[in-house]
Amino acid sequence: MSAILLATEHWWDLRDLSNISREILDFLRDVGPDWLAYVVSPLIGFVAAFLIFVLPSQLFVGVYGERRLIGRMQSRLGPNRVGKFGLLQPIADAIKLMQKEAITPRGADKWVMWAAPVVFVAPAVLVWAVIPFGPNMVIADIPVGLVYYLAVAALPVLAAFVAGWSSNNKYSLFGAMRVVAMAISYEVALVLGLLGVVLFTSTLSLQGIVEWQRAHDIWLVFLQPLAFIIYFISASAELNRTPTDIAEAESEIVAGYLTEYSGMKWGLFYGMDIGYALAAAAFGSTVFLGGWSFFGLEKWVPPWLILVAKTHLFYFVFIWTRGTLPRLRIDQLMALAWKYMLPLAALNLLVVAAERLWWHEAELGDGIVYLFAAANIALALLLLVGWARVLGYRPERVPTRPRLVKQAGGYVPPGAELGGGR
Amino acid sequence: MIEGAGPVAAFWGLSVLTLAAAGGVIVSRNLFHAVLFLILVFLGIAGFFLLLSADFLAMAQIIIYVGAIAVLILFAIVLTPRASRDNGETRMAPAALVVAIGVAGLLIPAIADTDWRTLASAPALPLADLGRELLGTWVLPFQLASVLLTAALVGAVMLVRSPREEQEELEEEERR
Repeated sequence: MSAILLATEHWWDLRDLSNISREILDFLRDVGPDWLAYVVSPLIGFVAAFLIFVLPSQLFVGVYGERRLIGRMQSRLGPNRVGKFGLLQPIADAIKLMQKEAITPRGADKWVMWAAPVVFVAPAVLVWAVIPFGPNMVIADIPVGLVYYLAVAALPVLAAFVAGWSSNNKYSLFGAMRVVAMAISYEVALVLGLLGVVLFTSTLSLQGIVEWQRAHDIWLVFLQPLAFIIYFISASAELNRTPTDIAEAESEIVAGYLTEYSGMKWGLFYGMDIGYALAAAAFGSTVFLGGWSFFGLEKWVPPWLILVAKTHLFYFVFIWTRGTLPRLRIDQLMALAWKYMLPLAALNLLVVAAERLWWHEAELGDGIVYLFAAANIALALLLLVGWARVLGYRPERVPTRPRLVKQAGGYVPPGAELGGGR
Repeated sequence: MIEGAGPVAAFWGLSVLTLAAAGGVIVSRNLFHAVLFLILVFLGIAGFFLLLSADFLAMAQIIIYVGAIAVLILFAIVLTPRASRDNGETRMAPAALVVAIGVAGLLIPAIADTDWRTLASAPALPLADLGRELLGTWVLPFQLASVLLTAALVGAVMLVRSPREEQEELEEEERR
């Protein structure tokens, strides 16, 4: 480990935070009974990953930063009243939410409606167990970390569906149906895309994937650009981020599965949506952007700081797409998943498998990855544009002139020919 | 062998959770609640897999059973009129009892006959070996399962196409 980091093993060395937890656990093993260390180690993980990193990020990047940035993108100010630059806005919001009454409709399924936010929150904490923040800083480095992430990230979908059903409201049910339909559709492309990554690294452990990227001095985003784009779109669809948030589209179905929720119950859904987006960003930066490594910089800068920076940068792209792209319709989203991304993901898998086989059968050495990267980037661009053209998605450089309904052959109700209600 | 306070506590906790949830599946009147209990059962079984250090199986259990199958069952229930609100008027109780006794009669002798040996050390199966076995030795059953699923998919699509829709589509093609 000393080869990887400059950090020493003293507990006060903040360049490797795992030292502190190791000191605490060693002390407990010496003093207390066996089981105490078992109980305390997940608590340390929870405090370290969730309370110190995720919650502040949620509040100040997720709520405040997102609102300010979107405000900037839409030429308005955003929250700027509470505290300096409006920085205390998320805390004020949280206090307000806690004071509000959480109403349960009379026809609702009370217990299920109560349980849904709880079930929604738990996986958001569990997800962080496998994200490596540094060579020693991972709570559970299990050999199937990637599958674990996918499994745990599939649970909130269920919670959202149950929330929508139990509210006994038709808009909630519409939202619930949409959540599940989207999750099932995009999960396929997402898993196929990630399979390409796994084929290259031949490990499912997230720490192993980061180590692979370090050892080969390349990030998987260059080797698997297509998989990265598929991951980004699928993740944003599963997370209900705005260009793809048809499950709670307020312009169509009030607030989707959240329609009947209020107060802190709604707050839990809102907050944890941001939590999941952060987790997806952390997972994406771990798998595709080299995780805590940065081409040798991780020796000098604390690795956890690198991962935090990458996560927030990734999250910024989420905000960016949210601020700039209009919401899609449900049929457009479904078509995108099944007609556009699924064939691309399958093709990507085929290409990766061929490259991987060739690499190992012909014993080409490690330098070949750069050739693969160049080939895959070219292929990705070609496929993304070409397949869109084949399906008929053509970018409009010169917008067609708007025509009146009458000119276009539409129905004009009698009496409306003079135009306008004035 | 299960040793140590942690795994033992986990085993009993998971057992109670799984059995209680399984009881809930049977007892609950509301079909929707029954499925929610079923999801708890699936999660409990995933926990057992974890306890037996079969990590990948546990994750697959959650992804497939909780993430896909349970959600599809929920979908089916929501789309079935009246099914979600009350399940009180079933007339199939005697038949169900017969089936249940039959299944129990099949399972209990099988469980009694099985030689439950405990190994000194758990044979940890690395994921790579699992994959190699699945796509090497057992590739035919693996592929057969995929063919079966594809057939089911095609069948489902055929079932939901109504004759009227097909007629309309034909007319549209003719117009072109």
